[in-house]
Amino acid sequence: MLAKNLYQPEKLEKKSCRDGYGDALLILGKKNKNVVVVSADLAESTRVHHFAKKFPQRFIEVGVAEQNMLGVAAGLALSGKIPFASSFGVFSPGRNWDQLRISVCYSQANVKIIASHTGLSVGADGASHQALEDLAITRCLPNLIILAPADYLETKKATIAASQIKGPVYLRFARHDSPVFTVPKTPFKIGRANILIKGNDITIIACGPLVYEAILAAKELAKQKIKAEVINNHTIKPLDNATILKSVHQTKCLVTVEDHQANGGLGSAVAEMLAKKYPVPIEMIGVQDSFGESGTVEQLWKKYKLTHPFIIKAALKVLKRK
Amino acid sequence: MKQSVKELKNTANLIRQDIIKMLARAGSGHPGGSLGLADILTVLYFSVLNHIPSQPNNPRRDRLILSNGHVCPALYATLARARYFPLVKLKTLRQINSQLQGHPHNLSLPGVETSSGPLGQGISQAVGMALAGQMDKGDYSIFCLTSDGEHDEGQLWEAVMTAAKYQLGNLINIVDRNNIQIDGYTKDIMPLKPLKQKYSAFGWQVMEMNGHNLKQIISVLNRARRVKNKPVVIIAHTVLGKGVDFMENKFIWHGQAPNQKETTKALQQLSHQP
Ligand SMILES: Cc1ncc(C[n+]2csc(CCOP(=O)(O)OP(=O)(O)O)c2C)c(N)n1
Ligand SMILES: [Mg+2]
Repeated sequence: MLAKNLYQPEKLEKKSCRDGYGDALLILGKKNKNVVVVSADLAESTRVHHFAKKFPQRFIEVGVAEQNMLGVAAGLALSGKIPFASSFGVFSPGRNWDQLRISVCYSQANVKIIASHTGLSVGADGASHQALEDLAITRCLPNLIILAPADYLETKKATIAASQIKGPVYLRFARHDSPVFTVPKTPFKIGRANILIKGNDITIIACGPLVYEAILAAKELAKQKIKAEVINNHTIKPLDNATILKSVHQTKCLVTVEDHQANGGLGSAVAEMLAKKYPVPIEMIGVQDSFGESGTVEQLWKKYKLTHPFIIKAALKVLKRK
Repeated sequence: MKQSVKELKNTANLIRQDIIKMLARAGSGHPGGSLGLADILTVLYFSVLNHIPSQPNNPRRDRLILSNGHVCPALYATLARARYFPLVKLKTLRQINSQLQGHPHNLSLPGVETSSGPLGQGISQAVGMALAGQMDKGDYSIFCLTSDGEHDEGQLWEAVMTAAKYQLGNLINIVDRNNIQIDGYTKDIMPLKPLKQKYSAFGWQVMEMNGHNLKQIISVLNRARRVKNKPVVIIAHTVLGKGVDFMENKFIWHGQAPNQKETTKALQQLSHQP
């Protein structure tokens, strides 16, 4: 269940994941009086300004103070609220990791840690603002669920699903407008990876807006008679072992794709699991142990080799290693 | 090579025009704080700092640490005007493969002392440099630029206490007090007042200045560097967007580039200023 014209990017609507978050908060605000938002002077950029306007009593602005923001959120959660602590990934969980570890995860406080502006897709702001390590530093934390939705609609669904979990959830998403390739009916269940395209030659497993590049890669591979199975792995933790293993049992090789360091993110999570349960050749598309820089999304994804031509190359390489 | 007040005025105006052109070309960035700091940066680089642009790593140089990194267009334009690198490079701001990153990277451009952008980090590094200067009995000063919004960060106050503890007389923190941060006025987002009293309670010597009165900036900066027994904070009263009437004091101009029409209008206004 995906968008019509799936393979024609120019025909797909373009909308940002952060707007999916902002729009979902409005729904949640109406539905649940316990939903509160904590902001660190990035209300407009993280799209929580709509919520702030509609529910001013449930909007807390702590200023440019991310460590304090997360501690305050933990206190709110320990008092029965459902706080959505919102900032950029580089600042939260970047700057407040200790607060995340102890005040939130160790205490199982019902805090939703919301990171916009993750990945190279941040663009012109450059390396300092591009969160490429957030999955690595959150994956290792006990009690934390980690979500990385792929488009506007999925971010909306992920936000609502996160509110229904009792416990810490880390939600990372992108800033830029990207193709909306899912539809309202596309299923979203935390911990359940979605097989978007079926195939038995190779598995491509991706998260975030780059899932769409994986789809484009599968289309090109099909022309070469290579049937790729494309999995949208929106839940980084807990990983959907069953779905991944079932796919890899057939295909016997895979490529992982993420707008994050290749070290420590989705690729690492999948590799750790498969190394224990069913080792197969893997290639990882991601940023290769470097910082990003300023540029447009398109330029950066190309320069850092994250787009579908590079996924295709990685696929052909890993097929040979089978 | 110290410039006269008249020359400084002219330089600051050119820098403001550079800022507008750079941001217009880049299509994103932070004009408000950049325009607001043009006068202070001009006085620093063309009158107060001891520095040799062709020797950006000279160990005896005064250091300018830009803690509020988002206003780097102002720093880049100032450095270019001071001949740290060719003016044409300003055109590449925020573009791929550019030395002029969206936020400062010390390894990308000569004259940029530290990497910044994430607020609150510069002042701690300035404290570290001042400590090193103290240990080495260096005769240079460390100037740090911080913003008022940045004062929300706990790290800033941690650094403020460290500076007082070690009586860092070689450290001068210039606060860009424009009363504005991203989402609104500082008094609404996170009130800072009484800032003066906070700094004196923390053991700093406090000075104030009008951040657009060049004569006053020169005399206050020079007075600050003569203080030797404790760190000095200069609360610089500035106007966000200074020089472009439709930007002045409007927080929406914290972080958005002017469009073509706005650019023309801004440049017209600036080129007609005395
Ligand atoms: C640690 C950190 N958190 C958040 C941000 C995002 N941010 C960039 S500028 C800014 C506002 C700071 O206010 P100020 O520097 O006074 O803004 P200006 O006066 O230059 O408009 C914020 C919150 C950041 N750069 N660093
Ligand atoms: Mg300010």
